[in-house]
Amino acid sequence: MATEALTTPRVEHPPAPRRLDRTAIGGVLVREIINFSSYWRSTTFSSTVEPTIYLLAFGFGFGSLLSSVNGFRYVEFVGTGTVATAVLFSSIFPAMFGTFVKYKFQRTYDALLAAPVDTEELVTGEALWLAMRAAVYGCTPMLVAMVFGLDASWGMLAVPFINFVAGFGWACAGIAIAGRLNGIENFNYVTSAVITPLFLFAGTFFPLTGLPQWIQTIAQLNPLYHCVQLVRHAVFGLWGVIDLWNFGYIVVFGLVMWRLGIVFMQRKLID
Amino acid sequence: MTIERGAILSRVSTQAPPAIRLRGVVKRYGEITAVAGLDLEVPDGQCVGLLGPNGAGKSTTMRLLTAQAIADEGEITVRGHPLPQRSKPARAEMGVVPQLDNLDTTLTVEQNLVVFSHLYRVPKVRRQAAIERVLDIANLSERREAKVDELSGGMRRRLLIGRALIHEPRLVLLDEPTVGLDPQVRQELWALIDRLRSEGVSMLMSTHYIEEAERLCDSVTIMSHGVAVAVGAPQQLVSQYAGREAVEIYGSPARLAEAEAEMAAQGFPTRRTGTSIAVLGLDDANGRAPAGERRPANLEDVFVLLTGEEIS
Repeated sequence: MATEALTTPRVEHPPAPRRLDRTAIGGVLVREIINFSSYWRSTTFSSTVEPTIYLLAFGFGFGSLLSSVNGFRYVEFVGTGTVATAVLFSSIFPAMFGTFVKYKFQRTYDALLAAPVDTEELVTGEALWLAMRAAVYGCTPMLVAMVFGLDASWGMLAVPFINFVAGFGWACAGIAIAGRLNGIENFNYVTSAVITPLFLFAGTFFPLTGLPQWIQTIAQLNPLYHCVQLVRHAVFGLWGVIDLWNFGYIVVFGLVMWRLGIVFMQRKLID
Repeated sequence: MTIERGAILSRVSTQAPPAIRLRGVVKRYGEITAVAGLDLEVPDGQCVGLLGPNGAGKSTTMRLLTAQAIADEGEITVRGHPLPQRSKPARAEMGVVPQLDNLDTTLTVEQNLVVFSHLYRVPKVRRQAAIERVLDIANLSERREAKVDELSGGMRRRLLIGRALIHEPRLVLLDEPTVGLDPQVRQELWALIDRLRSEGVSMLMSTHYIEEAERLCDSVTIMSHGVAVAVGAPQQLVSQYAGREAVEIYGSPARLAEAEAEMAAQGFPTRRTGTSIAVLGLDDANGRAPAGERRPANLEDVFVLLTGEEIS
């Protein structure tokens, strides 16, 4: 102690912040939350109305042709499936566009990184915030489906938690995409070539069991598929050992995307 | 006044480590070397100006100090913290005023400060007082509820400076703090910066406004092509490189070119002003000084003399 005092005269330093420091992540979150207070209406509108329209369109459109799918009424099948869609849309798109805008136009990241916040904490904070939002927004289709007869169940309480984990992965994926791509126009390639197929081949609107085997195999790689399965199993009380695989998959997906997002943003933000 | 203050500060600074110290710092971007072996020191409690034309490496230097750029060679310490290893504690102890406004424009003045009080770890019990203090310094108490979008350019700049002071840093980096503002607003900001200076806050200010550096800085480092070409107090640099007086020769472009050649032959440094040729280094001219309009030499003469006349 005494030697330390001798070697560092005059300047008194507060304790040095560590890596992935909670205060720094908290600071990023506070910024997002306060900003949210200025735009929550439009975001909430688009994040909840869009999946609801999908639900109503498919639910009534196909619902009139099909009485049941895999033993469920079609509106129940789609109502639970579109939960995962709502999570995807309300996390990956704001992550892609928000990251790009904050980097390029608002120069927010310049301000954050000049403060005692590292890229790692910045990415983590933003992804956590989007995951929290997605956890809530993702419940909308389920609530709408309840209006159309989906029965309440205890398993529904697990849905926000599933949404949060999936939303974190999608948000990190969106940040990684924004970190990797240069122009905002390049986002179109990702939307068409990656997000749309992920969205359609996830067992949301139709069961994958009717598709060729190779598509079913590929669909196993789609995190959205696992999210859809988890939500349905939770809501319908069909938990099984397979859900350990489903859950493990979205956790690993989230962790991989988290590290990728950090690496890509670090390359972009630090010269 | 300046000398007295400098003397007091130099006594203090023999005790305290420098606020910023760069030794042989090199930063390359591919083929381009933005900073090419820069030495720079900001003694504790002093305001140091970083002067240089566009592309001299000022902005890169600023980014190096917040570890948003990592040096390829050399040593950087900020308040005793070696960078980039301990950049986070270094950043926690300094305030940064960026060149480009990055306020959250849809938030109010006060909300912007709340965000920064969190980012800069102001303890909860002191948060409100810190915000009030900044509102007072930036003279924005009356506009606390206003959205940033609704503020004038000058108010936004004051908020940007005030925001950097939320955690009462003892070191502030100012990157072109008055660029693009009209003279009235600039004066207002100078008063604010001078107040910090009188409170003993160490500052590094990059600027290409000579007057700004002359008025506010205890010492300036003139940068050109990534290195420091001159270091010293503004008046000292003027007398060292330009002398007491300059003589301005006016005339047609042909006449100016002729005068330039004449002076060069006699060994007097000259610089173009756009409308005339300023002849410098006349202190020992002993009557060989050319005829023309006499005026006191200034830092701009030194700046142009040392950093070259062509815009690259």
